[in-house]
Amino acid sequence: MFKILGQSFRNGVVTNPYPAVPAGLSENFRGRPAFDFKRWHDARPAASVCPTGAISIQDSASTRRVEVDYGLCVFCGLCADVSTDGAVRITQDFELAAFERRDLITVANYELNSDGSHERMTSVALGSVRSDAVEHVGQKLRDKLRSLLGRSLAIREVDAGSCNGCEIEITALNNSIHDIERFGIHFVASPRHADMLLVTGPVTRNMELALKKTYDATPDPKLVVAVGTCGISGGIFGRNYASLGGVDQVVPVDVFIPGCPPRPEALLHGILAAVGRADVKTWSNYDD
Amino acid sequence: MFPFLDEFRARLDGQVESVTHPNGTEVYVQLRGADLQGAVSTLKNDYSGRVVTIFAEDRRAAENCFLIHCVMDFPGYPEFLILSSRVAAEDPHFRSLSAEFPALNWQEREMQDWFGIKLDGHPNPRRVALHDNWPAVNPLRKDFSVDTILPPFEGERHIYRPAVGEGVFQVPVGPVHAGIIEPGHFSFAVAGEPILYLQLRMFYTHKGTEKLFEGLPIPKAVFLAESISGDSSFSHGTAFCQAVERACEIEVPTLALRMRCVLLEMERIYNHIADVGAIATDVGFVIANSHAGRLRERMLAINEQMTGNRLLRGMVCIGGVRRKWHASQATLWSKSIREIEAEFRLLVSLIHSSDSTRDRLETTGFLSPDKAQDLGIVGVGGRASGIARDVRRDHPYAAYSQFEIKVPCYEAGDVWHRMQVRIDEVYESVRIILEALGDENHGEINSPLRELPAGRCALAAVEGWRGEIIHWIRTGPNNSLERCKIKDPSLNNWPAVVEAVQGNIIADFPVINKSFNLSYSGTDR
Repeated sequence: MFKILGQSFRNGVVTNPYPAVPAGLSENFRGRPAFDFKRWHDARPAASVCPTGAISIQDSASTRRVEVDYGLCVFCGLCADVSTDGAVRITQDFELAAFERRDLITVANYELNSDGSHERMTSVALGSVRSDAVEHVGQKLRDKLRSLLGRSLAIREVDAGSCNGCEIEITALNNSIHDIERFGIHFVASPRHADMLLVTGPVTRNMELALKKTYDATPDPKLVVAVGTCGISGGIFGRNYASLGGVDQVVPVDVFIPGCPPRPEALLHGILAAVGRADVKTWSNYDD
Repeated sequence: MFPFLDEFRARLDGQVESVTHPNGTEVYVQLRGADLQGAVSTLKNDYSGRVVTIFAEDRRAAENCFLIHCVMDFPGYPEFLILSSRVAAEDPHFRSLSAEFPALNWQEREMQDWFGIKLDGHPNPRRVALHDNWPAVNPLRKDFSVDTILPPFEGERHIYRPAVGEGVFQVPVGPVHAGIIEPGHFSFAVAGEPILYLQLRMFYTHKGTEKLFEGLPIPKAVFLAESISGDSSFSHGTAFCQAVERACEIEVPTLALRMRCVLLEMERIYNHIADVGAIATDVGFVIANSHAGRLRERMLAINEQMTGNRLLRGMVCIGGVRRKWHASQATLWSKSIREIEAEFRLLVSLIHSSDSTRDRLETTGFLSPDKAQDLGIVGVGGRASGIARDVRRDHPYAAYSQFEIKVPCYEAGDVWHRMQVRIDEVYESVRIILEALGDENHGEINSPLRELPAGRCALAAVEGWRGEIIHWIRTGPNNSLERCKIKDPSLNNWPAVVEAVQGNIIADFPVINKSFNLSYSGTDR
C-alpha cells in the first residue's frame, strides 16, 4: 500500500494541460501538409506519389483542376518530399476537425502550360461555400446541445473496421496524460448510455449492420464523430467489395477528425468542437 | 540449404518436378501431382518440419491452374521451404491438411472462401473469412474486380453450435464490445460461471486488404502494409519491404537495417508495456495501468521524434528508411529509454508485490505446451507455453544477426507467464535498442528506387511484438504486385484463446483475451 502511494507521489501530476496551453509536439511531428497554391507550378509529382489520392488532378485542354483532400490524407509527407519549389510543406497543425466533409477539400484551378506544368492560378476555394446562415444554424444547434448535456458527455466508441491505430490513440485519451475525464467526458460501455458515437472506419460490409444497430440504440439527441482518415473517407482502403468507405456512408456524421491516426490532442479538439467547447479552424490555404 | 532435400526428393518418387532457390532465403519445391498432404506429412514426421502457413494463388492466366503454397521451416535452418502444388482451374479442389495440422484450419477455409478451392476431408469446411450472408463470390480470383459492389447485407445467418443441458446458457458478446477494442463475436456456452466452450466468429473487419495489394504500385503498398494492424504498423511495413527487397535484390544500407531493428523493438516495448498495464487492470489493479499508460506515452513521444508519427508510420520504405537521425538525438533517446526501463522495473515490482493480482493471474487461462504445439501457436502465447520460437533468432533479418537474442520461455502457459514473457522481452528490447543506437550512424539510409522486375517471388518473416509475421509476394509488371499473402500471428493464435478459456469463469475471459491481445484487423485483413 505504502509502495503504491509512494510511487504515485513521486510522479506528481503528469496530465498534459492541452488545450489550455498548446500541445507539446516534437519538432519532427508530421501534421497537415500546407499548399501554397499560388506558387505551386506542378502538382503532378505530389499527385503521383500520394498513396491515397488525397492530391488529385484533372486536366482539360488548357486548364487543370487540383483537389486536395485532408479527409484522404495519411500525413506521410511524401508530397512535401517531392516538392522542389517548396510550395508544399509539412506543418505541425493537427486541429483539423471539420463539421462538413467538404470543408476538408480545397480545389484550385490553373491555366495549363504545354509542358504539363501550370502557371497562373485562376481560382482556389474550399469545397463547400460557407454561408453565414448555415453557420448560424450549426452554432445554434451546438449551443442547444451544450445546454442539454451540460458539461458532461458520454461517448461510445465503435470500431467499424479500423486497423486499430485509431483505437490506440482513443485509448490514450483515458490515460493519466490526456485524461479526458477532466472535461466531464467519459467512455461508456453501451450505446444506450451514450450521447456521442466515436466511430472509426472504414466501415466494412460486415460491420455495417452492427454500426446501424448501435446508432439506433443510442438515444437522441446524439452526435456522431468520424475518426481518422479511414473513418472519413475509407482512406487507403476506399470503397471496395468488403468496405463501404467512410462512416457517413452509413450514418449521419456531425464532426470529422482527420489523422492517421489523429493524435489524442486532435481527438480531444474534435470532441470538444462537436459540443461547442472548441473552435473549428478553416484551412482555406489562402494565407499559406 | 537443406541437406535432406535429395533424400526427400527420392522418397517422393518422381513427384517433385523442380527445386529452385531464387534468393538466399527460400527453397521452392514444385510438386508434379496434387498430393501436398503426403509431402508435408513426410517433412513434418521425418524431418521435424513445421508448417508456417498455407495459401493459394490464382495462376489461371499464366499456368491455367491455381497454385497452393505451403511454407515450412526446420529447426536449425534459417531458410524457408515452400512446397507448391497445382490445382486444376476447373472445379478446383484439394486434400485438406487440417485434420493432421489443426493450425491450418482457418487458413485452408480462407482459401476456400477467397478462391473457391474446395477442401476434401476438412473436418469443418464452413465459411470463415466471408460471413454466411455473403453471396457466392471468390474475391481473390483474378476475374473478380476489387471494386465490385455486392448486394446489400441480409441479416445474420451464422449457426452456432447449440449449448444444451440443464443450467447451460449461451452468452453472446460482440461484435461491438464494451471497451475500446476491435469487433468480433464471441459465443460462450456456460454452465453457471465456468465456460464450457467458446465459439469465435471473426472477420468483421475484413476490408479486402490482400486484394487491394494487387492493384497498388509497390511504393504506395507500403502504406497499406502499415494499415494491416495499427499496433504493428512498423513490423508489417518492414515485412512487406523486406519481401520486395528480397524479390528484387535491393541492397539495404547497414545503417537502415540497424535503424529498423531499433524501431521494431520500440514497437515491441510500447505494446508490451500497455499490455502489462491492461492485464493488471482486468483484475482490478488499476494503478498499475496508470503507470503503464504514462510510460507508454513516453515511448510514443520518442516514436514521434524518431519517425514523425507516434505509431512509427511513414518511416520504412522500399530500400531502407526515410528519415536520418543525428548522433545527439540517439544519445538523448538512449537516456530516455534507460529512464523508462528503470520506471518499468518499479511498475513490475509493484505488480509482483500484489498478492491478489498474482492470485488472479496464476493458473488462469492455461494453455498446455502440447496444445500450443498442435495449434502452431507463435509469439508471446507460444513462448509462455514452451515454444521457444523467435524469428529474430531463427530466421535473422534486418541487423538482428549482430545482436544476441535471448528468447524467454516458460512451460506454465497461464496469464501470469504470458505477462512475464512480455516483461522479460521489454528488458531484452531495451538492451538491443541501446546497443543499436550506440553504434556509428554514418552512411546512407536508403537505396534509390528503380524499376522493379516482374515475376519475382519472395517471403519475408518478421517477429512482430505478437509473434511471427509473414509476407509473401509475387511481383507483376510496372512496379505492381500479382499477389501478396499476409499472415499476422493473430490468425494462428485465436484457437489458443478458445482452448485457454475452457473451464475458466466468464469474468476471467477479458484478462485471458488480453494476455494474448490478438489483432482483429490483422486476422481479418
